[in-house]
Amino acid sequence: MEKFMYLFRGGDNHAYNAKDSESAKKNMQAWMTWMGGLQQKGILVSGEPLQPTGKQVNGTKKLVTDGPFVEAKEMVSGFLIINAKDINEAVEISKGCPIFVENGMLEVRPVQKMEM
Amino acid sequence: MEDSGNSELYKTVDHLFRQESGKMVSVLIRLFGFPNIEQAEDIVQDTLLKALEVWKWGKIPDNPQAWLYSAAKNKAIDVLRRQKLKHKIDSDISYLLKSEYTLVPALNEMFTENEMKDSQLRMMFACCHPSFTQEAQVTLILKTLCGLGSKEIAAAFLSNEETIQKRFYRIKEKIKEENISLDYPGADAMIQRSDAVLKTLYLLFNEGYSSSQPEKLIREDLCEEAMRLCILLTENPKTNLPQTNALLALMCYQVSRFNTRLDDKGLIVLLKDQDRRQWNLSAIAKGNEYLDKSAFGEAFHDFHAEAVIASQHANAETYEKTDWKLILDMYNALLSRHNNPMVAVNRAVVLGEVEGYDKAIAELEKLSGLSENFYYNASLAEMYMRAGKHGKARMIYGKALSLTASIAEIELIRRKINACTT
Repeated sequence: MEKFMYLFRGGDNHAYNAKDSESAKKNMQAWMTWMGGLQQKGILVSGEPLQPTGKQVNGTKKLVTDGPFVEAKEMVSGFLIINAKDINEAVEISKGCPIFVENGMLEVRPVQKMEM
Repeated sequence: MEDSGNSELYKTVDHLFRQESGKMVSVLIRLFGFPNIEQAEDIVQDTLLKALEVWKWGKIPDNPQAWLYSAAKNKAIDVLRRQKLKHKIDSDISYLLKSEYTLVPALNEMFTENEMKDSQLRMMFACCHPSFTQEAQVTLILKTLCGLGSKEIAAAFLSNEETIQKRFYRIKEKIKEENISLDYPGADAMIQRSDAVLKTLYLLFNEGYSSSQPEKLIREDLCEEAMRLCILLTENPKTNLPQTNALLALMCYQVSRFNTRLDDKGLIVLLKDQDRRQWNLSAIAKGNEYLDKSAFGEAFHDFHAEAVIASQHANAETYEKTDWKLILDMYNALLSRHNNPMVAVNRAVVLGEVEGYDKAIAELEKLSGLSENFYYNASLAEMYMRAGKHGKARMIYGKALSLTASIAEIELIRRKINACTT
């Protein structure tokens, strides 16, 4: 088993940004069902949604700026760590994610093992 | 002025709080896991205090239940986010509590009507885990599902607070040692555990129905709670068994007589002397309904026999018109399964109505080991009395008198002795 990260971007119907509560409820339910399923199959490691705000700390000078100021569509809106056999399986698993219903985007990234 | 307003408020919320706290505690224990029982109770306590605090200044919200649930939910979320729990969470939904993606939706879900009912069912099964003694099972149900405090439980058991607190301490140790959870038992253990749950509800009900409990309010509350939980069992296909309906029928018949069992001075009125017009007809109708529903499947449970007996009493026009023969059959069925001396005493009394009081006396005198039992002596004396042997009756009533401390029972026997003519 290898570890992968799902990096979510956008998704205009994201749980906490939802415009009306009925669709927000539906949306939360969808995430709960999906993540519950992953958990039961032993796939899910952890994950959190992120607020569309924060700070950036940059370079050798550790320069602090407000940000990230990118378009909502580009904004990282959350992450998940999962277990999968390989990247193909990780991609297949990701297709059940509710982010696509919200017209969002998902990036699958294998965890880098640090070699001695 | 303000004081009277507040006491009015306390009265209004008292019943609501008791009912709702049992539900909320079950949900929170399901969320946090059984070992975190104290945190669950603390949250509910805080919620109720906050409600009193807020409601004191305005009026009670239109939907007080929803208000309480939402407050409890927020406190629970706070505790979960700060990971302030004493013991690691180990529950069937713990994985949903780890991520913000699922935490709030999971809690919303848990506080829906269906899930709250499910949590209470799970709680009932957990409380009746075979590792707990019978006494511990009843105590635990009272504390968690019925929302009673140690003081009230002590009153219900005619015990003191310290004893009850010690009992809780042992219960909590047991939960940790045996790793008892709110998961449903496996299919093979399910029927057995359901029977344990029913037996415990039966005891809970009897605790309330028994005339040894001096406080009327406690009695009514215990009976009401036992019935509420039993109804909950009938609402779920897993636990809606023939015996569940039989037990509920039995309870309905018993409560139909609740107000005629004691006269206005608090003295016991025996079945024979009760005013049948005062029996609660809608409770009897409910009993008949559940008794009908209990008649499916092969099994004939003890509760079936007891419910049929109670139904004959409840539906009989007069004491004399009671179908004593059918009741005797039921007692024979009960006695063939358990060699229970109290059942044998009851059976003998019924035999008296079917075959004559001399026969009953002969049966009673055959029973051994009961000579120091109040109920046995009172029944035997009653049979002598009905057989017209007042002298003998008076003597045995005298013996019964020395065997009880209950004021109501002493008074009953005194009246009986006075009624003996010779």
